[in-house]
Amino acid sequence: MLIDIQEANAKALSAIQAAQPVIKGIDTALAVVPGMNKNLILHAGPPITWEKMSGPLKGAVIGGMIYEGLAASPAEAEKMAAAGKVQFAPWHEHDGVGPMAGVATASMPVWIIENKTNGRRTFCTLNEGLGKVLRYGAFSQEVIDRLKWMEATLGPVLKAALELAPEINMKNLIAQALQMGDEVHNRNKAGTSLLIRELAPAILKTTFPQADKVRVLEFLHSNDHFFLNLSMPAAKAMLQAAEWVEGSTIVTTMARNGTEFGIRVAGLKDRWFTAPAAIVKGLLFPGFEEKDCNPDIGDSAITETCGLGGFSMAAAPAIVKFVGGTVSDAMNFTRKMYEITDGESQSFQIPNMDFRGAPTGINILKVCEKNILPQINTGIAHKDAGVGQVGAGLVNPPMKCFEDALEAYVEKYCQN
Amino acid sequence: MSRLAEFFGQKIKVINLGIPGFAEDLKKQGIENIHTEWRPPAGGNKKIQALLARVDAWQSQVKAAKGAR
Repeated sequence: MLIDIQEANAKALSAIQAAQPVIKGIDTALAVVPGMNKNLILHAGPPITWEKMSGPLKGAVIGGMIYEGLAASPAEAEKMAAAGKVQFAPWHEHDGVGPMAGVATASMPVWIIENKTNGRRTFCTLNEGLGKVLRYGAFSQEVIDRLKWMEATLGPVLKAALELAPEINMKNLIAQALQMGDEVHNRNKAGTSLLIRELAPAILKTTFPQADKVRVLEFLHSNDHFFLNLSMPAAKAMLQAAEWVEGSTIVTTMARNGTEFGIRVAGLKDRWFTAPAAIVKGLLFPGFEEKDCNPDIGDSAITETCGLGGFSMAAAPAIVKFVGGTVSDAMNFTRKMYEITDGESQSFQIPNMDFRGAPTGINILKVCEKNILPQINTGIAHKDAGVGQVGAGLVNPPMKCFEDALEAYVEKYCQN
Repeated sequence: MSRLAEFFGQKIKVINLGIPGFAEDLKKQGIENIHTEWRPPAGGNKKIQALLARVDAWQSQVKAAKGAR
């Protein structure tokens, strides 16, 4: 095969750079997510069976089934899941992403992001806030009630507001957030504020009752991470543009299901390369210890895959108070990521590195040769369903994912 | 004076590769040095080194074939 890897990777990187993700709207997962059905439960990370799911993912599945009316109680949900009465699939195989457990069911409202360059769409649920939430595996009545409110009020109000607001270009918003101290994975304060600025006038213009509009605005204001569920599908839309460039060694997916970490590579269509997920090292909330922590979980590493999150930590020095380490560490993480990436973002610039573009386009050949792993910062879930977030910290993918991908690449392409 | 004695009489010029601790120790003793980060390819993993070598060889063939066109 006469494939020049440099040319293939340049093509993949160019597609990532050219992507223009915009918010197209909000609808139910059933209406817009390809292949969605009432019996399908989408989750974060690579494929997994019920038996192998960790506590928070099992909890979120139980909550999702109760919310969707598939089961009346946690016991019934567990029985049905174990008996194969519901289907499971990774969000990534349905053009979407989900933070932490990442569970989505048919009736949930989802953001629709469209890459204007190629017309393809990506999806993500709306962020529920902190505390007892489905994405950390909680399934108590307050969790189900909030999800029902999001379906009945939050989703419809925002959908109507988006129809009245000027088009929101996610690349522009993320670029601005980076200039304001976010890295849009674990710090989304600026991004959320910018989004509220865009949406607030349009929310007021909708014809919904005043009380609903006030509650929606209060909900957005109370949740610094609201923007995460937009930065993730925007990053997914950019990387989707590099799927599946023949011969390219650029990583298009890094995702975790709480049990395994999985990656996918542009030139190795649809194949997952997995290994056990690591325990995240970081700052734990008072009262929790490392033995309480679930292994790494969530699709949010799509931000790092796109050059954001841990790759752009130099843009967000304040984040070290949340994930641990020092400001110098944050700067060094970003510097190091240039060694394993093929390019620098033309859109996302890091002010305190002289506006250098974020390191973009993870190359498995560089990861393997230099023995440097991608740097991810992330939330830490309690290992038991429903307890919630116990801290935040830093983690790397297992090297095995990249080594196995390299081996598969050689088998597929190298005939020498 | 033997060449060895001559050598030890000179100012030492050091380039340190890999482990930063060696460079730091010399610096503490007042010996100027330049440290260069280096690590063995693939962290010394022979299987991965062999796979990377195959990719390199294949790419050389690809470039040669393209050049011959």
